[in-house]
Amino acid sequence: MSERVAVRKTYKLFIGGKFPRSESGRSYIVQSGGEETANVALASRKDARDAVVAARAAVKGWAGATAYNRGQILYRVAEMLEGRRDQFIALGASADEVDAAIDRWVWYAGWSDKLPQVYGGANPVAGPYFNLSAPEPTGVVAVVAPEAPALLGLVSVIAPAIVTGNTVVVAASPAAPLAAVALAEVLATSDLPGGVVNILTGRLSDTVPTLAAHMDVNAIDLTGVTDADLAAELEVKAAENLKRVLRPAPVGHDWFADPGVTRMTVLLETKTVWHPKGV
Amino acid sequence: MTATATSARSDLSELGRSETALRTFLHGLPGVDQVGAEQRAAQLGTRSIKTTAKAQAIDLAIRMVDLTTLEGADTPGKVRALATKALRPDPADPSCPHVGAVCVYPAMVPYVAEVLRGSGAGSGRPSGGPGQADGAAPAGLGIVHLASVATAFPSGQAPLDVKLADTRAAVAAGADEIDMVINRGAFLAGRYQEVYDEIVATKEACGDAHLKVILETGELATYDNVRRASWLAMLAGGDFIKTSTGKVPVAATMPVTLVMLEAVRDFRAATGRQVGVKPAGGIKTSKDAIKYLVMVNETVGPDWLDPDWFRFGASSLLNDLLMQRTKLTTGVYSGPDYFTLD
Repeated sequence: MSERVAVRKTYKLFIGGKFPRSESGRSYIVQSGGEETANVALASRKDARDAVVAARAAVKGWAGATAYNRGQILYRVAEMLEGRRDQFIALGASADEVDAAIDRWVWYAGWSDKLPQVYGGANPVAGPYFNLSAPEPTGVVAVVAPEAPALLGLVSVIAPAIVTGNTVVVAASPAAPLAAVALAEVLATSDLPGGVVNILTGRLSDTVPTLAAHMDVNAIDLTGVTDADLAAELEVKAAENLKRVLRPAPVGHDWFADPGVTRMTVLLETKTVWHPKGV
Repeated sequence: MTATATSARSDLSELGRSETALRTFLHGLPGVDQVGAEQRAAQLGTRSIKTTAKAQAIDLAIRMVDLTTLEGADTPGKVRALATKALRPDPADPSCPHVGAVCVYPAMVPYVAEVLRGSGAGSGRPSGGPGQADGAAPAGLGIVHLASVATAFPSGQAPLDVKLADTRAAVAAGADEIDMVINRGAFLAGRYQEVYDEIVATKEACGDAHLKVILETGELATYDNVRRASWLAMLAGGDFIKTSTGKVPVAATMPVTLVMLEAVRDFRAATGRQVGVKPAGGIKTSKDAIKYLVMVNETVGPDWLDPDWFRFGASSLLNDLLMQRTKLTTGVYSGPDYFTLD
């Protein structure tokens, strides 16, 4: 009997709930767990465009879902991730990091129906009116994921964006794409509607400038951009349609610490309504 | 095309005089190779059209759009807005060409005419071409055609008198193109003479207006029927043959349009008269539109690559074309927020 041939995985993109190859047909080789190598899709600007289309199509359903339902789905992601602990450890994440990533999903899941109470509410006004402010999602958010820690960093930028009803197009770190593609497999089995999270692997210079300039993207998170010149260029492009820009300090961030609510609140718009009291 | 090659021109004009002659001719047309047609259409959809060729294709496709609204909820305000958009699809870019026509229900024709012809229906037609817009008057003023559906659109299930009155009313109101539906009930029952006579009568009621004959291919079931209906419509005097009303689940498809393009090519070879083709319904993206243009070029040649001979019946297609056009001119992907909702 002949020796069994191992079935090796092709690491593809994650767009609209599906796993397509890059439209360009390109791929690149990365190190995985020491000497093993993997072929990862090298996304083009057209993949970025397709991802934005998928993300835009998903906004209505995801932003329209109840906060309770979004919280349940984020919790479901944590459940699925728990079941794949070993896979992420095999990809090079420490056990502590995987645990922290799982806990972070649960932490953000809990915020889904609480953030509107903390960040919105009744405003005192001089007149016989109810004046209520409620946060609403910004829309399609482009996210550049940090390189390290690969899994925890990725979860820490995706979860706060989507918990409030935004949809995201994530440019995974070129040096650490395997955690991103593996996370896509987790998301695809977590009842998360297709298109809410879209993940592009490959060179940042291929996809991120396109996303920054895209008129149908509402915000961009530059967390993973370490090159100051590139960050400045991206901010200029983002200004064209007044995107919200999140540009934290590029180094020195402790991803294991309590993340706070800033990452959620920066990707929200506030709607205020006046209503007569009738007294 | 042995059937047409052997038919002399005089024979074709005599066909309408008897049911038997029509039937013999239409059933004598060669059958369509279904698998072959679908494969050919799919193959033509794989061409890569990029950069300058794409820019030209997009501008041509914009000029070929019959900007359409056929809803029960159409209001004078809505069709006026649509007509304004037809004259100047991209207000931010004066080099953007105007569309081919606006297509509405007969009751809405006067409101569109007001906008397209300046004040008052049918007033003077100043000359000017695509890309010649200046600050004051949109380039399309007096040039964008005004199409109206008629003959009890979309079912066509009304007495002939009613259909003809419908047509005359639309023309009187200012329409210079009439989109009629054929009587599919009669066609499928094999009463070709009845269908033929209705088209002839409608053509007469049109006067100077161009007649587009809607075959509603989604209801004709086979490609053979599409080929027969195409020939029947052309024999009866249609200036255009159009695939669909957009009101049934199956609208324009690439293979159906391919069969119709072959029919107009063979008809010109047999009679010398050129007939236009208009796929309608279901064409929503620039990519789709460009596939159709490739098919036109490869099947009937550049003679048909003109808004006078090929049109797209569409509403949402225009915004996608404009977004692609903006991408080509600015290098930045645009979004639906920057174009009108319609």
